Amino acid sequence: MAVIEVRDLTIEYQLGGHWYPAIHQIDLTIDTGEIHGLVGESGSGKSTLGLALMRYLPANARIASGSIRLDGDDLVAKRPEDMTRIWGEKLSLVPQNPLAALNPSYSIGEQISEITRQHQGLSRKAAWDRAVEMLRQVKIADPHIVARRYPHQLSGGMLQRVTIAMALSTRPRLLVLDEPTTALDVTTQAAILDLFRDLIREQGAAALYISHDLATVAQLCDQITVLYSGEIMSTAKIERIFHAPLHPYTVGLLGSIPRHIEATETRLPTIDGIAPSLTDRGVGCVFASRCPIALERCHQEKPPLEAADQGRSVRCHRWREILAGEVSVITPPQAMIPTVAPREGYVLRAERLDKTFDSPSLFDRLFRRRAASVRAVDQVSLQIRARSTFGLVGESGSGKTTLARAIVALDPADSGELTLLDLPLPRHLDQRGREALCNLQMVFQNPNDTLNPFLTIGQTLGRTIQRLDGRQKTASAIRARVLELLQAVRLPETYADRYPSELSGGEKQRVAIARAFAANPALVVADEPTSSLDVSVQAVILNLLKDLRAEQGASYLLISHDLDVVAYLSDWIAVMYLGQIMETGTPSQVYQTPSHPYTEALVSAIPSPDPSVKRAIVRLEGEVPSPRDLPTGCRFHTRCPRKLGSICEQQAPPMQDAGWGHLIRCHIPIADLITLQTS
Amino acid sequence: MIRYLIRRVILLIATLWVTSMLIFGLTQLLPGDIARLQLGRDASPAQLSAFRERYNLDAPPIEQYIVWLGGFISGQWGVSYSSGNPPVRPLVFDRLENTLRLGVLTLLLSVPLSILLGVLAGLRENSPIDSLISVFSLGVVGLPEFVTGIVLISVFALGLGWLPATSLVRDTYSLGEWLRILILPAITATLVLLGYISRMTRAGVIEELKKAYVRTAILKGLPYRQVILKHVLRNALLPTITVIALSVGWLIGGLIVIENVFNFPGLGVLLVEAVKQKNIPVLQAVVMVIVFFLALSNLIADLLYAALNPRIRLE
Ligand code: SF4
Ligand code: SF4
Repeated sequence: MAVIEVRDLTIEYQLGGHWYPAIHQIDLTIDTGEIHGLVGESGSGKSTLGLALMRYLPANARIASGSIRLDGDDLVAKRPEDMTRIWGEKLSLVPQNPLAALNPSYSIGEQISEITRQHQGLSRKAAWDRAVEMLRQVKIADPHIVARRYPHQLSGGMLQRVTIAMALSTRPRLLVLDEPTTALDVTTQAAILDLFRDLIREQGAAALYISHDLATVAQLCDQITVLYSGEIMSTAKIERIFHAPLHPYTVGLLGSIPRHIEATETRLPTIDGIAPSLTDRGVGCVFASRCPIALERCHQEKPPLEAADQGRSVRCHRWREILAGEVSVITPPQAMIPTVAPREGYVLRAERLDKTFDSPSLFDRLFRRRAASVRAVDQVSLQIRARSTFGLVGESGSGKTTLARAIVALDPADSGELTLLDLPLPRHLDQRGREALCNLQMVFQNPNDTLNPFLTIGQTLGRTIQRLDGRQKTASAIRARVLELLQAVRLPETYADRYPSELSGGEKQRVAIARAFAANPALVVADEPTSSLDVSVQAVILNLLKDLRAEQGASYLLISHDLDVVAYLSDWIAVMYLGQIMETGTPSQVYQTPSHPYTEALVSAIPSPDPSVKRAIVRLEGEVPSPRDLPTGCRFHTRCPRKLGSICEQQAPPMQDAGWGHLIRCHIPIADLITLQTS
Repeated sequence: MIRYLIRRVILLIATLWVTSMLIFGLTQLLPGDIARLQLGRDASPAQLSAFRERYNLDAPPIEQYIVWLGGFISGQWGVSYSSGNPPVRPLVFDRLENTLRLGVLTLLLSVPLSILLGVLAGLRENSPIDSLISVFSLGVVGLPEFVTGIVLISVFALGLGWLPATSLVRDTYSLGEWLRILILPAITATLVLLGYISRMTRAGVIEELKKAYVRTAILKGLPYRQVILKHVLRNALLPTITVIALSVGWLIGGLIVIENVFNFPGLGVLLVEAVKQKNIPVLQAVVMVIVFFLALSNLIADLLYAALNPRIRLE
């Protein structure tokens, strides 16, 4: 039975006095017990649509037409006062960023019990008990204690459980989950997804799961709707959309997800171009400007949303041809410029790097107290071969970013040796020569933070060229080099005169990469270079990094929380946990048995975009311990599913050699690991 | 929290100590010979040396400072230079009491009113009400205190004759009589504070309304009133508390102008007199008291802020 039924819904935004449709003629039905995935890239309108289902709109938006029926009752006609009886009672939201979505000034228990007091008239005491009970249901240990905590005292994963407890406490009819796992680590995300699945089924609620991530949708949802520029591109049962996508956009999205099984000598299929803006949608298919198989007709005539086979619907003029296999959307995988095999010798060697953060306050000094210090990087050694990519994977708190910052001397290491191109590299920035600066460059996660908004792209690149090149250069020489760099990162020359605000996120990241390559570096440290980008854009950047490596002969130290991204680009991988490297080897060594119990859990937590893939499930218990208070013995023992016993708590495990340079830091002998992990 | 408290108290003491050095150092820099300045050109050498003896002026500055500071801490604030040599402490305390009366009344008037106006304006950002309140509060902030003071005097005291123009204070005054004297200066001070506090409140409300937790509260189905009163104001008023506490300090010291316009016998008038007469013992004491209240209200503001803010309280 349909819990929510949306018909012909159009939502408009007001911009400069005009109303523009942001959500266009949407039909959507969600039945009891169904989890419906709503997928789209940033700007597709997925969050607007999700909140509109709750009859909640931003101040500058309006419902232009259509109906939203909740159990047959049309919400569009309702006034906000009437909605207070439905919000929280029948419709609940699990928000994107739980820390921001909770009031910092009230305890968790208070914020959960508020709802049941309002809607079910429970007394303060009864509502509190119910809140504690809900916390128990979302598998929070010690719910009594957590109920008295404040939001800032809990981790992201815990907070997301809290918002779920809050949303479910009135047994709502429909749950809207707005990118609820985006900010979480993979292992936490896996646990949260399990929880969603169980609780939503158990309560018989319906749910709309909004996400940009096809893989999590595949693992959680029954039905999926793909949104692009505010229009539905296709709707289908989850299995169909993944195994035989009908719409060119869906095909492109699925293709652009890096998977470690792929041959690394091919490039990722990408969707070029950017989505049309709100004010300029054109008359034809909204996807036409990026569609690889667009016809003349596509630019003139908007395709209708048509029913295809097996209850699917699709909005494309050519779906019949795609279904019949007469036209292929994905251009056959292009071979990469063959990567040159890594050269002998190393660009960078790091020996036993240490970085401890301690910030003794005035008070500590006055009372001669030892401040709690954070060992962010603990005796880490690594070697990066020339012309290769070294991938560093870890979740938040693993110390991977600290390690990168220590190498480029943004936060110099406390001790340890660094060698760059066989020359000693001082730990502190002011002791490094210009040569070293040129050879060692960094690309940051968020290009917005590193590009000066008041300089054109040409000026930004020009300054870097000038600064890194000791000799005075003529303006025309600099200009020539700027254009060369733009070309290298596949941006048109006209971009030299644009400002960062005129560029999309992916384009800005390309500029940041161009800047890193300004002085022909030997090593580029890239810290989560794609994690703020949409998947289709991420694919473009990953391809670009791969091409540049071949063309410019540079090496990378690539840092990411995403094992698949790292594996796609790397020749060698290190997995970090709480400041130590737990395992290191080639991508296939790391993905296959034997592997470190932590890597095993990490790999099994990665959601696959293919819903039929059910990996052997290893779930981690609990939270990453605080680096202020490191576990004794093996750092992973508090969460290790394969823990041996007291030896793991008392003795630091040895680095064991599993052959071919593949190292695993664990007490379990390699042979036993293989038996355990293959059974 | 205890740690925090201790740290803040240490800071308060340090502030006072630095102030004491500054004020003592500055009075040392006064040009001319204090004894001669006080006693006049005709004073005999004997009179001069007696004066110096009495106020310990011949000792080296460091020793003078230590003696003065020691006396100050132990409550021996010395005697004034002015005729009859009245002791400084009762004099300052007397005036402080008057100023505190004025300050408390001002806060009672200005705080509720300006919070109300600020919240109204913030909830209806860019509406006619908001514009009206903004024009009003910015207008009164722009007016100097002596202008509002004089206008109020001319209208209510000289014109309508409802209230006294100057403030003669007797110990025997009843509450009603006190109010008659205090009301005009208090309104003048209120008008100045109103602008600051209401702008701050408005900004706080507007900022909090944009936060995601407000949407959460609305989507919990809480009534609008509860969303605003319980969720928004709880956070929006936090910075306002700081502003209020800072204005308490301002009231104690900065009422100088208003007190002088109304000739109100408070610390401000005493300070101006002491400066005019180069009456150093009084000057030093008044400045120390003012700085003490400034620092104290800062401390209270920070503690209140911390107590109401779990992110700090639970550190
Ligand atoms: S209608 Fe045309 S442009 Fe649009 S998706 Fe289909 S083929 Fe591509
Ligand atoms: S040493 Fe023990 S706790 Fe650590 S990973 Fe190996 S089995 Fe797990």
